[in-house]
Amino acid sequence: MPILVYDVGMARAATTADAFNAVAEPRRRQILDVLAGGERPVNDLVAMLGLPQPLVSKHLRVLREVGLVDRRDVGRQRMYRIDGHPLKPIHDWVKSYERSWSERFVRLDVVLEELKEKEKEGGNG
Amino acid sequence: MGSSGTAKVTLPTDTQILITREFDAPKHLVYKAWTTPELIKRWWSGDHGTVTSAEVDLRVGGRWRYVMAANSGFEVAFHGEYREIVTNERIVATEVFEGMPGAEAAAGVSTNTFTETNGRTTLTILAQHPNREIRDMVINSGMETGMQEQMDRLEQVAVSLN
Repeated sequence: MPILVYDVGMARAATTADAFNAVAEPRRRQILDVLAGGERPVNDLVAMLGLPQPLVSKHLRVLREVGLVDRRDVGRQRMYRIDGHPLKPIHDWVKSYERSWSERFVRLDVVLEELKEKEKEGGNG
Repeated sequence: MGSSGTAKVTLPTDTQILITREFDAPKHLVYKAWTTPELIKRWWSGDHGTVTSAEVDLRVGGRWRYVMAANSGFEVAFHGEYREIVTNERIVATEVFEGMPGAEAAAGVSTNTFTETNGRTTLTILAQHPNREIRDMVINSGMETGMQEQMDRLEQVAVSLN
């Protein structure tokens, strides 16, 4: 069950003023989840998240600063949409951890094949 | 060969890691491989090294401890305590990395769930960490080991070119 495979010198913090920080805030992740479904005016976000508009605007500003969200004006409405590029490093960050577990599970697959064989033999005689 | 697929890792909250993987085997066998010391020794270290010890006292309040001799030459050990055991279904246990400063305080709680559908088992590991910094550090560890392996391979290639 161990979750971790540590190595020396592992304690690198992932907290810089970039996308990592921006998505650390649960409300901002909620906003990104909504925007992942398509472009939205700020009023929609306010209604869907049930948060006061100034707070939504503040989070949107942080997201725009790190390039996770684009804004454009359509008539009198400000439309917001997601830009996934800054999320790539986060994706890569999690991927390497995932790879480490995948290696472990590939070995577990081999063990399981043997257990299945043994059970079959046992069942036959 | 059992079709398998890769592990899927997601971060449901700031303090959690969720790992999901499907196995081509019924859940009682996945559970067996997960809890039997001589079987744990065969898979737990992955490509990182060799498991030199796996102790499992599979009862509520019982302790577990795994030790790995890493390829890079040092030993890493983890231990914890079983908090909940439902045979073939679920194991909840604490997990401590022994080399870390303040290790006990940084303990995580891991909930392992085995769900069978049509003879295949989905294993989910939900790791709850005390705070975001420790959660992030755990994920960083994967990155570090991955990089270490890349460096090792690079070195092998470099040596072979000599």
